Amino acid sequence: MSITVSQVSKKFGNFQALDNINLDVKPGTLVALLGPSGSGKSTLLRTVAGLETPDQGKIKINGRDTTNLDIRKRNIGFVFQHYALFKHLTVRRNISFGLDIRKKSPQAIKQRVNELLELIQLQGFGDRYPSQLSGGQRQRVALARALAVQPEVLLLDEPFGALDAKVRQELRDWLRRLHDEVHLTSIFVTHDREEAMAVADKIVVMNQGRIEQIGTPAEVYDNPANPFVMSFVGEVNILDHTSPLFKRTNRANSASRLFVRPHDLEIFETPQKHHVAAKVQRIVHLGWEIQLELALGDRSVVSAHLNREEFSRLELELGQQVYLEPRQVKYFEQDQLNYHASSTSNQQIAV
Amino acid sequence: MTSLQPNLSSTRQNKQAHSTRISLPWVITIGYLSLILLLPLAALITRSLTIGPVEFWQIATTPLARSTYEITFVTALAAGLINGIMGTLVAWILVRYQFPGRRIFDGVIDIPFAVPTSVAGLVLATIYNDSGWIGQLFAPFGIRIAFTRLGVFVAMLFISLPFIVRTVQPVLLELEPEIEQAAWSLGASEAQTFWRVILPPLIPAILTGMALGLSRAVGEYGSVVIVASSIPFRDLIAPVLVFQKLEQYDYDGATVIGTVLLLVSLILLLLINLLQQWSRRYAD
Amino acid sequence: MLTKPKASVILLSIALIYVSVLIFLPSIFIFYEAFHKGIDVFWNSINQRNFWQATKLTLIVTAITVPINTIFGLCAAWVIGRNQFRGRTLLLSIIDLPFSVSPVVAGLAIVLLYGRNGWLGGLLAGLNIKILFAIPAIVLATAFVTMPFVAREVIPVLEEIGEEQETAARTLGANDWQVFYRVTLPNIRWGLLYGVILTNARALGEFGAVAVVSGSILGKTATLPIFVEQAYKNYQAEAAFGSAAILALIGALTLIFKEILETRTHH
Repeated sequence: MSITVSQVSKKFGNFQALDNINLDVKPGTLVALLGPSGSGKSTLLRTVAGLETPDQGKIKINGRDTTNLDIRKRNIGFVFQHYALFKHLTVRRNISFGLDIRKKSPQAIKQRVNELLELIQLQGFGDRYPSQLSGGQRQRVALARALAVQPEVLLLDEPFGALDAKVRQELRDWLRRLHDEVHLTSIFVTHDREEAMAVADKIVVMNQGRIEQIGTPAEVYDNPANPFVMSFVGEVNILDHTSPLFKRTNRANSASRLFVRPHDLEIFETPQKHHVAAKVQRIVHLGWEIQLELALGDRSVVSAHLNREEFSRLELELGQQVYLEPRQVKYFEQDQLNYHASSTSNQQIAV
Repeated sequence: MTSLQPNLSSTRQNKQAHSTRISLPWVITIGYLSLILLLPLAALITRSLTIGPVEFWQIATTPLARSTYEITFVTALAAGLINGIMGTLVAWILVRYQFPGRRIFDGVIDIPFAVPTSVAGLVLATIYNDSGWIGQLFAPFGIRIAFTRLGVFVAMLFISLPFIVRTVQPVLLELEPEIEQAAWSLGASEAQTFWRVILPPLIPAILTGMALGLSRAVGEYGSVVIVASSIPFRDLIAPVLVFQKLEQYDYDGATVIGTVLLLVSLILLLLINLLQQWSRRYAD
Repeated sequence: MLTKPKASVILLSIALIYVSVLIFLPSIFIFYEAFHKGIDVFWNSINQRNFWQATKLTLIVTAITVPINTIFGLCAAWVIGRNQFRGRTLLLSIIDLPFSVSPVVAGLAIVLLYGRNGWLGGLLAGLNIKILFAIPAIVLATAFVTMPFVAREVIPVLEEIGEEQETAARTLGANDWQVFYRVTLPNIRWGLLYGVILTNARALGEFGAVAVVSGSILGKTATLPIFVEQAYKNYQAEAAFGSAAILALIGALTLIFKEILETRTHH
């Protein structure tokens, strides 16, 4: 089932939560809405669900105009960040809730609940109460509850946000496998770029109520449309025209910035033409990856990431003089930067 | 080894000093509780034990005593039931609705806690009597409120409302709106959402609030003694009977009825504790 | 779209009307009745010896009860909030007991204990100390009914702040008194103040228990709430409403304080 969002806008008071959003989700795909908090990603999801009404624009699910349709009639499954399980009902009764409402026969309900308990690998937990489950188990129950009524689309609002790192990873892999089996059109909201890349077929990067870019994980990472996307989907060094790394190109001017990812900085022990000298200022071992802080001639600092093999081959030490050559860079103009200035700088701090 | 020695003794000293000093709050707590609370209650219970079971039963079950129990408990229960519904509604409105004057409305709920019972009785007796602001609306239909059992009922409604509101309110606040949204997304109607999703987690709190209000209403004296005529078999409640017996120097009578009331409050206290445990059943 | 406005308006109206008729209107009525004939009438109605005596007695009783119950409340809160022991829940229930016991029963128990044939009554009578129908009994009755407030307000605050800060102060060399005065007290101050205000309000307004133990003698052992009742009974409605308005005003101030304290503790 497809989801089409056309020209949707929504304001909360003076706050423009959604600003002319256009989005087309193809049947059977898993799409991530990725963005910082306040970017409008949750509002967009809730608008598709029918929990918010757009001020303008249209929402179509499977070609049917659902813009003003009651949430109860949209046939969607919704999964909340904090599970929103019914605490006074057992796991079984939680899952069967939508079926009870639809007055299905007891046998049909029992069979469907058993299927779902198996799907979420919680057989034997049917008679427990939500308070007796771990966070990851609760979220799986919430998912089963949403799937029980066989919705046309599945909407997940930061489904892994309340879980700790390990469970998060397990559950997102599980969600991806589940989606590969069921092929239910799904949209999920996240602020975690790794999560979006690991799970989604397509990523919709949002900022300040607008869509910045839509693409596959590889597309948004390798060909970011603007500085915001570039800094949001991965770590990046942002350098102005005074930096030696930028100066050596002939494109340096005060109106533009050079963006280079830490793993795109190649490090040499002996200088070659165009190489930029730097001093190793800090070495952080993160297992397989080694992160370096390098001071350039103008005292600005860049970050470079090496893998262990590269690092041990170079035999780097603190204070050592090295030479840099970027493998891949991006240039963005000042006007684009100003437009994104606030959110980009916030993002830098968060990373 | 030698260097350890002073260290050891100093810790011991410290510990001793600590434990002697911490015992002061213990002494005050237990001593004060005993003097102010337990000793008088023990005196009441001992006194009632000296009466002897047969005579105790006789005094406790005279027709007058039985009628005061009936008037007290049935009226208090009725007030509790009405406030169980109305208090829940008020709490719902305070938590879920935004309207001008909401904060004042919220403060007004606490007035019965803050106003002396004799003041409450005075104003209720004046406003609900045949010529009072509200009483005159009912008088033409032959309904008298003040100085009848209805007056007792109104006084009990007045004093017990905040208990239900203040017990349900925090539970409602904790009930995330997502719970309702989840029910809607699964196709539940407004009514289904209310009966199946919102009400069940509130029930322990509603019952706890009702029990607290009931406990207060059963023991209420000040407002009722003024708003009722305290005529036996009509609107005389048990606490007022205790007071009257004392005034007539009938200490045995007062002791027996007072003990019955004490037992009822203890049972209600136990019930409230059980209800509170029950309400934590599904908590994380 | 999801909340039906019509139903909302109906529910809101029902709740507003109910609370207005039951609580708000009567509260306004107190002040209307006390002041609608002018401030002079109000003043003349209360300006009588019995009123001033009742006011004086009420203030004396409150001035004794509130500090004592505050100290007790702090100690009890510390015992319960800072210690784990068997019978902790029982102790908590006992402290709560005055909330469920009828004030009349509380008064009765005091009468039986300190009366002529009571355990302590004979002893004290021998020493020529008068308890019943005098200030001591009124203080005892007031202390009984207001006992739980401070402990009840302080315990949750104490549990919420935890012991870490106190332990930290101890590692920095503070003694128990310094820990309490410099660390615990500043943390619990709003809860404590709220408890004290509630104790104060109830102490000023207690009627049932005091009526039993005091004998309600106008001009001698009548407190303000008893003066309200006696004046009403003696067909001095103006004096009754005049003094009721003063008590209601104190109640209103208590609620305003409560509102202020709640906003403070929540931010």
